[in-house]
Amino acid sequence: MALRDITLGQFFPGNSPIHNLDPRAKLVAMICYIVALFMGQWFVTYAILLVVLIAVVKVSTVKPKALVRGLKPVVFILVFTAVLNVFYTPGEPLVSFWIFKITREGILHAFFMVVRIIMLITCTFLLTYTTSPLSLTDGLESLMGPLKRIHVPVHELSMMMSIALRFIPTLIEETDKIMSAQKARGADFDSGNLIQKAKALIPLLVPLFISAFRRADELATAMECRCYHGGEGRTRMKQLHYKPGDILFMAGALVLAVFTGVLGHFSL
Amino acid sequence: MSQAIIQTENLTFHYAFEEGEAPTVLDGVSLSVQPGEFVAVLGHNGSGKSTLAKHFNAILLPSGGKVYVDGIDTCDEEKLLDVRRQVGMVFQNPDNQIVASVVEEDVAFGPENLGAPSEEIRERVDSALATVRMSEYARHAPHLLSGGQKQRVAIAGVLAMRPRCIVLDEPTAMLDPVGRKEVIDTVRRLNREQNITVVLITHHMDEAAQADRLIVMHDGHIVADDSPALVFQNVDGLRSLGLEVPEPVALLYELRQAGVDVPLTALTVDECAGILKELLCTAPQTGI
Repeated sequence: MALRDITLGQFFPGNSPIHNLDPRAKLVAMICYIVALFMGQWFVTYAILLVVLIAVVKVSTVKPKALVRGLKPVVFILVFTAVLNVFYTPGEPLVSFWIFKITREGILHAFFMVVRIIMLITCTFLLTYTTSPLSLTDGLESLMGPLKRIHVPVHELSMMMSIALRFIPTLIEETDKIMSAQKARGADFDSGNLIQKAKALIPLLVPLFISAFRRADELATAMECRCYHGGEGRTRMKQLHYKPGDILFMAGALVLAVFTGVLGHFSL
Repeated sequence: MSQAIIQTENLTFHYAFEEGEAPTVLDGVSLSVQPGEFVAVLGHNGSGKSTLAKHFNAILLPSGGKVYVDGIDTCDEEKLLDVRRQVGMVFQNPDNQIVASVVEEDVAFGPENLGAPSEEIRERVDSALATVRMSEYARHAPHLLSGGQKQRVAIAGVLAMRPRCIVLDEPTAMLDPVGRKEVIDTVRRLNREQNITVVLITHHMDEAAQADRLIVMHDGHIVADDSPALVFQNVDGLRSLGLEVPEPVALLYELRQAGVDVPLTALTVDECAGILKELLCTAPQTGI
C-alpha cells in the first residue's frame, strides 16, 4: 500500500479567477450560499442556485468529475435523509401500506433535502479544491480575528492547523517506514477479522505516537529559537488584501442570499 | 579585544529530576567566542556538547555559573528575545525545525515573530534564500526537498533573523555525504563572506578540522581548546577519549610511529599529499 499517494487538503493548484480570489472572500461567499440554500423553498430558487453553482464551477476550471467523486462518501447519508423525509413527513398520502405511508409533501421534502445536501457539499468541495490549505488557514484566522476580543485563541488555533498541515506528509512518510519495518519483522496488517486488524495496528501506532511526541518537542524548541512568543507583536510576510474582485464576489453572494430569502417569502 | 559574542563563566548544568540524583552534564565550563570566529565543538555522545549549545541562546539556563551573549546575561528573561535574535540555532533533524509548508513561508517565520514590516520580511527572506542558494525552491514544499536542501532552508530561516552568531547542533548527522558537503560549505561561506560567528557542534573529525578553533569536550569538561592543527597532534590523548583523528593525521601518525620524521600538521588530504611528496623527494638523500 503506497500511503504517500494520499493527497490531503484536496487542493488542485490552478490559476482561475476563483483560485485567485482572497480566501476570506471565498469563505464569506460560501457561507452566504449555504444560507441561500437553506432559505430556498421551491424549484425556482434551486434552479437559480444551481445555475450560479455551475457557472462558478465552470470558471474555476475544476473538473466536474472531481466534484462528483467528493459526493461518493455521502451517498449513504443522502439515501438515509431521503428515506426519512419520504416516510415521516405528514401530509396528503399518495401510497400507504402496513404502517408506512408516502405523502406528496414527503417526496418533495426528500427531493429538496437531497438537492440541498448535494449542492452544499459541492460548494464546500469547490472551496477546498481551489484554495490552498495554508491560505484557507490564513483566511480563517483573519475572519475570526474579532473573536480575539472575547479571548478565543484564534492565532493559536490557526498555528496548530498550519503545523498539522505541514506535518501530514512527514507523518505519512513515517507511517510508511514503520509499516515496512514491522512487516520486515513479520507483522501482518492485512489479514484477519476487524478485531485482529485493529490489534495489528498497535505495533504501528505506538512507535508513531512516540516519534510524533519527540517531533513536537523538537519543533517547539526550534520555534522558540526563532523567537516565537505567541501571536502578540507578530507580523506576516503575506498580508491579505481585498481586491475589487473579492468585494464584488462577496457582494454577489450576499445579494443571492437576500434574493433567495425574498423568493422564499413568496414560496417560489 | 572586542566584546565576546558568547561567554560562559564556570557554567554548570544538571537536569533537575524530581527524585534520585541529578547527573551533572556540564561541570565548570568557561569559554569565550569572539565575533567572526568559526569554532567547532567536538565530543563523544554524552560529552555535554549539545547541552552546552543549548545554553548559547537560553533554551537551557545554567544551574550554576553564567552565560553572556553579547554582554547580556541569558538568565535575564526580559532580554530573552534579544539573546535569541543574536544567536540563531540549527538542529540535527531538518524535518523537525521547519514550521511552514512552503519554503519561503518557513524562512519568514523568524522575522514575522520579530514583528518586522512585511516588505522588510520579503527582502530578508529573498536575501537569506539567495545566501544559501535555495532561491529557486522558494515556493516548494519542504518535505519534497533533500536532507541537505532542508537543512539549508533551516539555515536560511535563522539567517532571516539577521543573527550575529549561528550555533549548529550536529547539522549533518542525518545527511548523506552530498548533503553534508552542501551544509558545511554553506556554513563556511557564511563565516567568511558575511562574517557571521559560527559554532559548529559535530562528531565528524573532517568537519571539525575546517574550523579556526576546536574545542574538545569530555564528561562536561573542556579538555582541549586550540587550533585544529594543534589539537589533532595529540593523537594519543584524543584516542584515549574515544575520539578518532582525521585520516591524514592518522596516516602521518602511523608513519611517525614507524620512525619516519613527518610533522602531524596536515588536516586535509592535499596537505598530507604535500608532506608525503616532500618526504619522497628528500628520501634518496636521507636514505629511508
